[in-house]
Amino acid sequence: MLDYMGIINLSEREDYIKELTYNRPIASVPFAGRYRIIDFALSNLVNAGIQNVSIFTQNKYRSLLDHLGTGKAWDLDRKNDGMFIMTPMFNYYTLGIFRGDIENFKNHIDYIHLSKQNNVVITSSHMICNVDMRKAIRSHEESGADITIVYKKANTCSEDFYQCNTLSLDENGRVNGVDINMCKRDECNISMEMYIMKKSLFLDIVHTCVSRGDCDYLKDAIHKNIGKFKVMGYRFEGHLACVNSIQSYYRANMQLLSLPVSKELFFKNGLIYTKVKDEPPTKYTENAKVSNSLIASGGVINGVVENSVIFRGVQIKKGAVVKNSIIMQNCIIEENAFLRNVILDKNVRITKEKQLKGDEKYPVVIEKKAMI
Amino acid sequence: MRRKEWIAMILAGGQGSRLTLLTKKIAKPAVYYGGKYRIIDFVLSNCSNSGIDTVGVLTQYQPLALNTYIGIGSPWDLDRKKGGVTLLPPYVNEKGGEWYKGTANAIYQNINFIDEYNPEYVVILSGDHIYKMDYSKMLEYHKEKEAEATIAVIEVPWEETSRFGIMNTEKDGKIYEFDEKPKHAKSNLASMGIYIFNWEILKQYLVEDELDPDSSNDFGKNIIPQMLQSDIRLFAYPFEGYWKDVGTIDSLWEANMDLLKEDNKLNLLDNKWKIYSVSPIRPPHYMGDTAVVQGSMVGEGCVIYGEVRNSVLFPGVYVGKNTKVIDTVVMPKVIIEENVTIERAIIGQESSIKPGCRIGDKSSKSITLVGENEELPENTVYKE
Repeated sequence: MLDYMGIINLSEREDYIKELTYNRPIASVPFAGRYRIIDFALSNLVNAGIQNVSIFTQNKYRSLLDHLGTGKAWDLDRKNDGMFIMTPMFNYYTLGIFRGDIENFKNHIDYIHLSKQNNVVITSSHMICNVDMRKAIRSHEESGADITIVYKKANTCSEDFYQCNTLSLDENGRVNGVDINMCKRDECNISMEMYIMKKSLFLDIVHTCVSRGDCDYLKDAIHKNIGKFKVMGYRFEGHLACVNSIQSYYRANMQLLSLPVSKELFFKNGLIYTKVKDEPPTKYTENAKVSNSLIASGGVINGVVENSVIFRGVQIKKGAVVKNSIIMQNCIIEENAFLRNVILDKNVRITKEKQLKGDEKYPVVIEKKAMI
Repeated sequence: MRRKEWIAMILAGGQGSRLTLLTKKIAKPAVYYGGKYRIIDFVLSNCSNSGIDTVGVLTQYQPLALNTYIGIGSPWDLDRKKGGVTLLPPYVNEKGGEWYKGTANAIYQNINFIDEYNPEYVVILSGDHIYKMDYSKMLEYHKEKEAEATIAVIEVPWEETSRFGIMNTEKDGKIYEFDEKPKHAKSNLASMGIYIFNWEILKQYLVEDELDPDSSNDFGKNIIPQMLQSDIRLFAYPFEGYWKDVGTIDSLWEANMDLLKEDNKLNLLDNKWKIYSVSPIRPPHYMGDTAVVQGSMVGEGCVIYGEVRNSVLFPGVYVGKNTKVIDTVVMPKVIIEENVTIERAIIGQESSIKPGCRIGDKSSKSITLVGENEELPENTVYKE
């Protein structure tokens, strides 16, 4: 059995994806027709054989709890280990001030101490990929690194991965610098915010931060110490998308309309698991016209759908046209409505004849349960 | 153990030999239906939705797929601490053992199982029928009539009465006569093979029936007629709605096609009466640039570049370019390559159809069947 525990750290910035995160963290934003963002991180850990997974949340975790349940969908409903959800603790001394993820780790440090595994994999949720974690762990162990950071050499950095951390590496793959991507160059090494290290080192870092009070975030603590520790990079070769803004969310969904991308993401190193909804297959009527679209179950398609991602239980009525859009769970698009470059959150109803058009760079986002 | 008010016993050992190739390796209740389900999902979901938390599933013929599929019953919410789903294959005891000789004998051999829960009522169900029914309403009816046995009945067209077991009832629903496949029927109320019995009474009849060496140990042929003879209070519970016993390839095809009708009575989208099943772990289906999909149902993980009309596609099916799939049921993980035409057919799971094949015939009356895991080489022409 792997001597590793998994930590999914949801301390992710939501500044540019506010419209979809009023009531939920990025981790539980619906994605790709039937998933939530966190399904990828969870499935990657589980597919690597990690059976002790904890999720460190910020506030707004209700929708996440609903999605995760007992962890059954990921086979994490175990007697030994399994899934643990670590919510922030209410603390009078820090009332109203969010002190970063270090605070949250500190508050739940007993759990980390008591876990029987001696190593940790820490990952964020908003980096969407299907990565073979076992390979990264092997590379970590072979290199004798203190910390291994998984990264991707990307060539679309001027458009994607805005404000993600970038790594500079020497010829041996050792990390010697960390920067932030301001979209000025095409090529860069994007840090996937997946860190592999000994549990004792992780605990040390947390303790040091708390006692000195110099870092609120784990990420910063690691980056500050790249000179002190042997920090290696592990290069991931597959498809990667970072969902940290409306634009990147939209693009990450649209990228799935390429079959090689979606095949890789959903099948390559293991399946991506999610909560089961028991919907029947989607029904297409005689008026349906669909092309280049990803369509989930439980829907009734009676109109035209092009270049779109349609979630579970969506109804598209006769004469309605949906182009280049993302339509989330249980939306209803009534007769002759027209949508282009639109993101509809869950349970939105678009009434007859309405027209909504966004731009490819700035899709219109309609909030949950709205009626237009 | 605390007494259970009612438990259900599902007869799932039938071979369904008229489904030929589809039931070579699986029992009839495990046959795929409706673009996602196996037939037994309907009765299991009905139990769960009706509030029955203890279910015995009697298996005999090719039980492997069924055993694996049902597991501990969690998809139907039947993984319970007390009760839940129990698979009941035939077994040996100190006197030897035998196969289930008939439907009644199957229950007889499991008297111990039922007695463990000591229920007041036992619901006997068939694992191979497609319908949605609230058994709790039937139980209410059973209590209201102070019946000792209640049989659910459905009105069938008069010209088809000779195919069914017909119940002749008095005005209040009391059954006075049972006609098995009558030539000249007096009523058109057919038995659906759904029974509620007071357990004490059923047990007595099962034991008596077992002592009769000439009996074929069947509910329809022996137990019910015996009960009628001895003035047991037997009532017919009228059911309205969709009900289908898919005995043959043609009727299996037809039942799938029924789902595509706009006014189909088996509403799978009903949130109040969901049909649960083991969901495949697959992404949403993908419709390519060249896809034309009309009047059809498509499951998860399908990839479609061709033309699909009036068909039911199970999860994980691939349909290549310039391929036409018309009036057809395609079971899970079938690969249909380019330039293929399929009409009026059923394609068994995980089969692979190479380019240029012609399968089925739109003018033919019968349905063409391709079995499971078959590989049809390029340009094969095959029809029934």
